[in-house]
Amino acid sequence: MTEPNGNGVLKGSFKVKAGLAEMLKGGVIMDVVTPEQAKIAEDAGACAVMALERVPADIRRDGGVARMSDPALIKGIKAAVTIPVMAKCRIGHFVEARILEALEIDYIDESEVLTPADEENHIDKHPFKVPFVCGCRDLGEALRRIAEGAAMIRTKGEAGTGNVVEAVRHMRAVNNGIRRLHGLSHAELVHEAKQIGAPVDLLAECQRLGRLPVVNFSAGGISTPADAALMMQLGCDGNFVGSGIFKSEDPLKMAKAIVTATTYHDQPEVLAEISAGLGQPMRGLEIPQIPKEELLAARGW
Amino acid sequence: MLALQGAFKEHERALQAIGARTRLVRLPAELDDLDALVIPGGESTTMTILMERMGLWEPVRKALSEGLPALATCAGMIVLARDITDGVNGQHGFGLLDIAVRRNGYGRQVHSFEAPVRVEGLDHEFPGVFIRAPFVEDTGTADVYAVQDDQPVGVRQGRLTALCFHPELSGDLRLHREFVNAL
Repeated sequence: MTEPNGNGVLKGSFKVKAGLAEMLKGGVIMDVVTPEQAKIAEDAGACAVMALERVPADIRRDGGVARMSDPALIKGIKAAVTIPVMAKCRIGHFVEARILEALEIDYIDESEVLTPADEENHIDKHPFKVPFVCGCRDLGEALRRIAEGAAMIRTKGEAGTGNVVEAVRHMRAVNNGIRRLHGLSHAELVHEAKQIGAPVDLLAECQRLGRLPVVNFSAGGISTPADAALMMQLGCDGNFVGSGIFKSEDPLKMAKAIVTATTYHDQPEVLAEISAGLGQPMRGLEIPQIPKEELLAARGW
Repeated sequence: MLALQGAFKEHERALQAIGARTRLVRLPAELDDLDALVIPGGESTTMTILMERMGLWEPVRKALSEGLPALATCAGMIVLARDITDGVNGQHGFGLLDIAVRRNGYGRQVHSFEAPVRVEGLDHEFPGVFIRAPFVEDTGTADVYAVQDDQPVGVRQGRLTALCFHPELSGDLRLHREFVNAL
């Protein structure tokens, strides 16, 4: 590795944090629990991997407190691939985040999939050099996370279910939240900011841009190429796929197909071809069958 | 715009802002009648895999080797290069730029940086945004077009321009304008 020399070198600015998310766009970020899985993800064309001890489906099954992964596991996965490696820390657990930063993880997911460490405060993400991605269910939640310093957003969906319905609900909620801003006067914008619990300046920026000021991926329940393409057509910038790949019958085949579907999301002929003969996707859960206290999306606020 | 993965929309926005017409390229037929191709930043492995999977690799290589001008940024530079260090096993470029690059040669994301860049033909420094950027180890027969401190961060060879940094994220349209004006 070579350090840049010379005048005016600035590391860890919001521009380079949000900039990496721009480079991930149109891609698929895959949950992996071993270096071997990370290699499969890279060979399938993943634009990044999320290093975890257990995929969300197993976290959901096992119960108990879910924490940051073992640094030894994260190092093993980092050594196995050349693409960016992300890892999760608990909501509000800024020490786990500092450990992940020290490990030179490329992105931290402050994630509701792990057990929250703080029921009032998320991490103040501004002082970190490493960028953060955070989950959201609607525009207000997305803008609260950006105000705390998140450089990338993802919809929460309902992780580990293999059911895309919550991801769709959350993506549509973000889109509707932005659409509602069209034509509002400044006074009305202040009122809207109060209603949805979002900072006025960020809301004004959304109104001006007609979109979120940072990249927005979808996540939580995406488990087929058609799911991935659906989320892209609903306007997300790329897909996180957790349990959907390595809980399917043929992970390499499924991973390749989901990568291709994310790029060719608006070409039904390509989707038809790549969706054929993939084997069984992960089994999946109906949301109403999950006890309310076990819903992950309700964590964080 | 090669639109398989990465920051192609930012290039599209920059080019449209200076009055250029743009088209996204994801299938071989979409290469027809282009005046130039942008190969954006993103993950070079993902782009290479998708080009090979969808039958784009050879048509794009052929078009560029027959003189189609290109502006390549970051991952795009890797795709054009002769030699790639620290790539995935067997990762190869088009070999159309006689340069050797080290993938993520400046380090992982926590080492990503902004720094002023001196570009040939520009009076003032250009705001360079370097994100897990490739490091140019050897410029071979290519011309050095941009430097950060004394290190080459932009090269030109024939009608190909390749940059380690991201003008499409800088809000500065000078390099896009210069590229289009030279067509």
